[in-house]
Amino acid sequence: MEKLSVEQLKAKAKLVRRHIVEMTGAAASGHPGGSLSCTEMLVALYFNLMEHNPQDPQWPDRDRLILSKGHASPALYSALAEAGYFDPKTLTDFRKLGSPLQGHPDRRKLPGVEASTGSLGQGLSMGIGMALARRLDNKNYYTYVITSDGEMNEGQTWEAAAMAAHHKVDHLIAFLDYNKFQLDDSTKNICDMEPVVEKWKAFRWHTFEIDGHDIKEVLHAVEKAKKVKGEPVMIIAHTVKGKGVSFMEHNNAFHGVAPTKDQVQQALKELA
Amino acid sequence: MERKLGKATRDAYGEALLEIAKIHPEVVVMDADLSKATKSVIFADQFPKRFINVGIQEANLVGVAVGLASCGKIPFISSFASFLVSKGFDQFRMGVAFSELNVKVVGSHGGISVGEDGASQMAIEDIALMTSLPGFVVIVPSDALSTRALILETAKYVGPVYLRTGRPKAPVVHRAGTEFKIGKGVRLREGKDVTILANGLEVFEALEAAERLAEDGISASVIDMHTVKPLDTELILEEAKRTGHVLVCEEHQIWGGLGSAVATFLAKKHPCKMGFVAIQDTFAESGKSDELLEKYGLTYPHIIKAAKKILGR
Repeated sequence: MEKLSVEQLKAKAKLVRRHIVEMTGAAASGHPGGSLSCTEMLVALYFNLMEHNPQDPQWPDRDRLILSKGHASPALYSALAEAGYFDPKTLTDFRKLGSPLQGHPDRRKLPGVEASTGSLGQGLSMGIGMALARRLDNKNYYTYVITSDGEMNEGQTWEAAAMAAHHKVDHLIAFLDYNKFQLDDSTKNICDMEPVVEKWKAFRWHTFEIDGHDIKEVLHAVEKAKKVKGEPVMIIAHTVKGKGVSFMEHNNAFHGVAPTKDQVQQALKELA
Repeated sequence: MERKLGKATRDAYGEALLEIAKIHPEVVVMDADLSKATKSVIFADQFPKRFINVGIQEANLVGVAVGLASCGKIPFISSFASFLVSKGFDQFRMGVAFSELNVKVVGSHGGISVGEDGASQMAIEDIALMTSLPGFVVIVPSDALSTRALILETAKYVGPVYLRTGRPKAPVVHRAGTEFKIGKGVRLREGKDVTILANGLEVFEALEAAERLAEDGISASVIDMHTVKPLDTELILEEAKRTGHVLVCEEHQIWGGLGSAVATFLAKKHPCKMGFVAIQDTFAESGKSDELLEKYGLTYPHIIKAAKKILGR
């Protein structure tokens, strides 16, 4: 696929945000907050960083992306549709009976979805498996995983963290969408995982820390991550839940609640 | 019947892995720090590059297998059934069953014949859990010969499979040359009064019981119903129609095992008198394997009693 410039990626991110608002609004359900926080990562990956082919979703040498925080499916679907995996017009079928755009990603139903997710904490393990298959097959693809701060509560995350470092799994690049909220409240008030950067370093992951909404930083971190050998990479991306829509930013009320019709209109004006 | 002990089914598993490794280059074997007990170590020694030991972490074990399978590998993952099934269940559910991925799960140390290690190490609910997952094939082989054959079948089959192996040496019940197919029971003895459906170690006990029942003039069929899911409904129906009395024996908790599956089927298609030899909603304890099977009601005298009860004799 043609690689977009930073300016083009910014425009694409705005478009993806518009889709997120519209599709959760149309479904009257879904998770807008955590979708808006990981938008730049997905856009940078699908429109610049990843080698993939929407006309051949099963191309064996493709880079893979696992959305471990499966509730951010609106962001993933919007990126896939914009990339050409399916018609963006169908995005508003999200969560409707018979639609491949399931509430949480279903690899059986939608081309481009690499892994079925929705039960938190499993994506890193799946990513390790894909990266180990790469090693066994002597291929060069990269596996990307987008995980979340809430997922760090899960024990499996740390099983995966320890095992990946021990087995020197590389070509595995994970993002931590650190938007500082989980369903019930701020991460600080529910199960504070700080010091986060030190934890990943202690688990022997090559760790970067970036502003997850700065496209240039995302691109730069991945370029550096690709050069890391013999270690898995964690890019801790500081983000804002609900980013891009004034009344959703830092507002955990939009974790799993869709905008009303009026709120959709207001959000679209802001994202014009 | 002479009680001739063969290899444990877990040993047969380890050896069969060597065979399938040569037939299927996509096979990768994984374990969670129990390879010396599950016997996947036999594969690890021969094919170190295709073996992954993740350490004591079952959830991640399954998750990594999911990733491998989605890239075309055929992961065979093993650990103790008690830990693998319960600690990996969420991962089996979303990652394997819901994702329809070709992951093969082999839980060793199934049932209470684990023995001295005690109840925490004994899987008595694995069949109930794994049969509840859509699309999973669930197999409980009875002896080394059938385990080898069913592992070969498992490698050929495309889709998720759970197969249970056991710790102790297993009595030989099958003759060389017997054909084993997933979902097809093996009739070891044909009778007209009662049908005994069994799997795992219970197949041998059922044969013992059938011999003694014959001395009392009761003619019993004995079927090795190694596959719990999909169930060989054709054979069950044929037997139920002929004998009218069906007794199901398994080294598993009475809720949700082979007995439940057979009863659900027969209730719809051919209600008949049924009996169940299984663990009666309790955990077991430490002790010798034989002592435990006796105490928890799984040896042939218990089968004889249950058979006579449904026959009203």
